[in-house]
Amino acid sequence: MDNNLDKNKVVIGMSGGVDSAVAAYVLKEQGYEVIGITMKLWEEDASNYAEDYGGCCSLSSVEDARLVAEKLDIPFYVIGYKEEFMDQVVDDFIDEYLSGKTPSPCIRCNKYIKFDALLKTAHSLGAYYVATGHYGIVKKDETSNRYLLMQSKEKRKDQTYMMYSLSQDQIKHILMPLGNFESKEAVREIADREDLVVARKKDSQEICFVTDDDYARFVKEHTLKPIPKGNFVDLKGNILGQHKGIIYYTIGQRKGLGMTFGKPMYVVKIDPNNNEVVLGDNSDVFRRSLTAKEVNFIPFEYLPEGYSCQAKVRYSGKLSSCKINMLGTDRIEVIFDEPVRAVTPGQSVVFYDGDVLVGGGIIE
Amino acid sequence: MNKIYLDHAASTPMDIRVFEAMTPYLTEFYGNPSSPHSFGQKMHRALEKSRREIAKYIGAKSEEVYFVSGGTESNNWALDGIMSSYGKPGDHLIVSSIEHPAVLNKAKALEEKGYEVTYVTANRKGQITLEAIQEAIKDNTVMISVMMVNNETGVHQNIEAIGSYAKEKGILFHSDGVQALSHLKINLKDLPVDLMSFSAHKINGPVGIGILFVRSGIKIKNLLNGGAQERARRPGTGMVALAVGFEKAIQIKSENIETFYHDLKEKKAFFINKLKEDLPDILINGSVDGGHPGIVNIMFPGVSAENLLMNLDLAGIAVSGGSACASGAMNPSHVLRAMGLEVSEAKASIRFSFGGNNSLECLEIASCKLVEIVKRLRGKNGQ
Repeated sequence: MDNNLDKNKVVIGMSGGVDSAVAAYVLKEQGYEVIGITMKLWEEDASNYAEDYGGCCSLSSVEDARLVAEKLDIPFYVIGYKEEFMDQVVDDFIDEYLSGKTPSPCIRCNKYIKFDALLKTAHSLGAYYVATGHYGIVKKDETSNRYLLMQSKEKRKDQTYMMYSLSQDQIKHILMPLGNFESKEAVREIADREDLVVARKKDSQEICFVTDDDYARFVKEHTLKPIPKGNFVDLKGNILGQHKGIIYYTIGQRKGLGMTFGKPMYVVKIDPNNNEVVLGDNSDVFRRSLTAKEVNFIPFEYLPEGYSCQAKVRYSGKLSSCKINMLGTDRIEVIFDEPVRAVTPGQSVVFYDGDVLVGGGIIE
Repeated sequence: MNKIYLDHAASTPMDIRVFEAMTPYLTEFYGNPSSPHSFGQKMHRALEKSRREIAKYIGAKSEEVYFVSGGTESNNWALDGIMSSYGKPGDHLIVSSIEHPAVLNKAKALEEKGYEVTYVTANRKGQITLEAIQEAIKDNTVMISVMMVNNETGVHQNIEAIGSYAKEKGILFHSDGVQALSHLKINLKDLPVDLMSFSAHKINGPVGIGILFVRSGIKIKNLLNGGAQERARRPGTGMVALAVGFEKAIQIKSENIETFYHDLKEKKAFFINKLKEDLPDILINGSVDGGHPGIVNIMFPGVSAENLLMNLDLAGIAVSGGSACASGAMNPSHVLRAMGLEVSEAKASIRFSFGGNNSLECLEIASCKLVEIVKRLRGKNGQ
């Protein structure tokens, strides 16, 4: 199939934001034939039309992307991937929350939408590559003949955490022109210099389809299932009070528990079977080990015995040294050298060897 | 790259003669046609001459012709104005489910105001049958609206039969004729309709003007409120240049309507035959016989219309793949769905609509490119 595709042709996902605008500009400068596509992932509320920048598929951001494409003189299309996004990303997000977990929908969106559905569209247009404004670097390792993902030079913006589940076949078709930028400021400078209208726009919020960042509200409005109240309990099982429903809590949380306990209390565990939220001291929130599922590795197909590397348990988390052992074919056990705080089921544990993204899995 | 435009049902290029007729009223002459001075009077005379001429071409009286902003306003006004003049919330309206959104969404808005609406579905050929209308009739039915020519399939509707039946039952009948003027001789003297909507930019006239025909004796409440223009029925400064452009466009069409008809028919047949030589499994959505000579809706089994449309556009060929939503993303055609096509079938369908500027040569190029793209897309899907 790759034989029929043009390696000089690339489809870029344009959100209307500064990153994808500059990425499109850089690709064009590099001589690629660039086609811009804005993915319509979510039905916007009619009343929000043209209001302030809300999420990457609001109408105003589509118009921003269109303007950038016009400025760069590249073809531009808007394509709906609403059904795929609902099936693969939003439904899973809701189900995970209802079972007491804290999901990372961007990881599934990368795997199933940006680097699958959009990649298929790119291929249907004869383009070998799909590009995004993500901060990350694709590199081919000549010795292993595998495609690697590496952290971006601008470490604070690195988005490889969200990309650990991509396959070799996906990675080899990806271009991320912002990966080699030294800073976000350098990206903004280009946007300013080239008068790409989005230059002043603030970065988009965490989860594009929950514009107010109130995830519990979103889950509540998008499920028919009841969200029953239940008990706060301590580590011994003593009842401490009543919680609003498990979707309102996440591991390590202290604020917003809705009651006081005479000392700082933290969410240590969420037990969906008994509908309980377990509270404890800050020290109880630390763990030495975890297990993860749906594991994927990038530099190698099979994990070497006794593999040790660095791991993050959340996107914004710090790197911690660890050892990994396989449990069966796609589960792992991770043992940290030092305890890590707030290991949160549903979030992903992601591994690095220096700048190289090793892989990851979903924390159980 | 020479681009090829095959989307004339969406909008047509303006005829240079239309542009030339309009120019003096955009540059040389000015003034408000409602003003009593000589400037205004000149504009007023031009406006009324255009109204008289247009009326003549469609077999109407000039006082039955109201200038509006286009097809959407015309359809909106017809439904809203008649339902509120002759009915009250609770009363019944019948529309077909293959209408333009200007009719369907107005019907929905009327439902929200308490009116009852029946949406009559089409058969697989894309026709609204008289029987289907008869079944939908109730004691309190005030109005029926069925378009004359469908914009997505080109299928002609039997508005003579539906209109006569409505008349017999004492129900008012409106028809959206926006896609009709391009190839049919309209004679409203004989056509059993009470109201009819038209638009200029579908016949090589300017965008921004349409008309609503309201048969003498029919009361219609205003949609807009303002000055006393259009016999106090439709306020807003008289659109002189646009009206003059509409007049010129309809004159050019009407005087050569049979030539246009046969020319388009030949082009459409040529294009379909070309495609079928290489893609024997394509299917035509809607009745193959008759219909708009310049519109054909084709299903390409196993191919995404969205991908096809983008590929064609990148190759310089403009077509339509359904209705666009606010952001410009495509939704599968509601018309094809109302005809009973599956979502997957509607998502594999493209509308081609031809115009006077399309030469057989460029249609041959378009069909070759189309065949090439379809084969490439299918190859990838393993078909």
